[in-house]
Amino acid sequence: MAVTLDDVRHVAHLARLAIPEDQLGTYVAQLNGILGHMEVLQQVPSAGLAQAADASLDGMRTRADQTGAVRLEVPREQNAPAMRDGFFLVPRLATHEDSGEEA
Amino acid sequence: MTSALLDLGAGAIGAAVRDGRATAAAILDESLFRLHAIGEGANDLHAVLHAATPGLASEPLTSGPLAGVPVAVKDNFCTRGLPTGCGSKILEGWMSPYEATAVRKLREAGAVIVAKTNMDEFAMGSSTENSAYGPSRNPHDPSRAPGGSSGGSAVVVAAGIAPIALGSETGGSVRQPASFCGVVGVKPTYGRVSRFGLVAFASSLDCVAPFGRTVDDAAFATELISGHDPHDATSSDRPVPAMRVGPGPLTGLVVGVPKEYFPDSLDPAVRAHCERALESLKAQGATIREVSLPHTALAIPVYYIIAPAEASANLARFDGARYGLRVAAPGVQEMFASTRAKGFGPEVTRRILLGTYVLSAGYYDAYYRKAQEVRALITADFAKVFSGGVHVLFTPTTPTPAFKLGAITDPYEMYLSDIFTVTANLAGIPGLSLPIGRVKGLPVGGQILAAHFDEPTMFRVAYALEEALGAEAHR
Repeated sequence: MAVTLDDVRHVAHLARLAIPEDQLGTYVAQLNGILGHMEVLQQVPSAGLAQAADASLDGMRTRADQTGAVRLEVPREQNAPAMRDGFFLVPRLATHEDSGEEA
Repeated sequence: MTSALLDLGAGAIGAAVRDGRATAAAILDESLFRLHAIGEGANDLHAVLHAATPGLASEPLTSGPLAGVPVAVKDNFCTRGLPTGCGSKILEGWMSPYEATAVRKLREAGAVIVAKTNMDEFAMGSSTENSAYGPSRNPHDPSRAPGGSSGGSAVVVAAGIAPIALGSETGGSVRQPASFCGVVGVKPTYGRVSRFGLVAFASSLDCVAPFGRTVDDAAFATELISGHDPHDATSSDRPVPAMRVGPGPLTGLVVGVPKEYFPDSLDPAVRAHCERALESLKAQGATIREVSLPHTALAIPVYYIIAPAEASANLARFDGARYGLRVAAPGVQEMFASTRAKGFGPEVTRRILLGTYVLSAGYYDAYYRKAQEVRALITADFAKVFSGGVHVLFTPTTPTPAFKLGAITDPYEMYLSDIFTVTANLAGIPGLSLPIGRVKGLPVGGQILAAHFDEPTMFRVAYALEEALGAEAHR
């Protein structure tokens, strides 16, 4: 399964990496070198073996199915230009009669 | 007096600050003085990317188990007040709006964050040579690598700047530099410590992992940062046991010696130090038993499929739209691609390409699925040994002492320096490296591996071995 120039162009596109054409050859050689060492895995009988999901003994934990206030790292007031009575103050929409004034 | 205090353990420093015999500000000043001393001119070890300002501990810190204790943190932990850049140009100068759980727990225990430390870019490397800001140097021989990827944190602890530092492990990135720099490095069980705020590399392998100057400092840090965190669904809610168990006899304990970790090619001096350590464990009452972990040789190929695959997904978020660097381009897609090409270094680019390739259509089954199946075999090897009456395993941490900077240019040869550490990450078990001797002045590390969530037994053996070897561990 030798990696080709087109393979590297393809995965670079998938990975959103603008790799210059003159560097593609280097990556072709390196990926082939690394993947050559992976071929040993093909000789291991593993048919029917379960895949390891991850290294957690307890598996993925889920939290209780309860709603509640979401704890914010930064208080929401700090994300607003101004607030009054717990509401964000924003400019009126331009379609309103006296646009430009705050609510 | 403060200078001498900084050479004591974290527990003693905390006690002195609580008793009023020293102030957090004076200890921080001494720590920063030492940090400055290893960062100058030809002696620059380049361990630190961002240092605290001297006034940081001016508020009286008089409580908590780590009151006033300086702690260094690897550059891939989100921290308030200091930039978080993962050793990469793509995140240069980025300030996190929140703090990692492990960092928060240390601060709440009274610790002062003295520095963010140098690392291989996004933790991909074994020498810190992949840092976008240049490599760190080994304090025992500045022409040599300190190991990696958490090399900067290992150097800071070895140089006496802080008794504790945080690193992270994906395939041995704390135990290997601990071995190279002559300090203690701990990889806790996967799930023991919350990963919230640790910038993700390979999520099924990543662990928050502390360094300590001594086994007690490392146990102290591990105990303080452990525990469930609602912000990390993979963190365990098992109770956190006491880990500062102290030295004691090892009667009744069975230490397994896996033959695959002692190949004929092992450096003879490393082998000799391991044999001396095993004799020491035996003298304290432990039974030594040869065991086999038959799939060990497959660990590096498995790791270098799974870790890049997960990295290719995790690093997709760094695209110029949300974090750090942005390279102007005519369209959005071009901006993404140009930013990532310029922001990532060659090793990160290589691993993203490799990871994308092994996950792509036509190759997924041959590489990624196969690697996950063999990973299950490696995990089963450990389970079989530990369920067969073996309490811990003892191995060398690395095949050789620290190598010269620039000596390894082939990527796969560099990957092989993790050959004895990567298995614990694949299986999720805890591991620890501690100094067991020197070869021509360079530290050699011995590794203790234990069953899932059995950190107390791992530390019990480490305390006993550290006490038995005494000064010999640094000779």
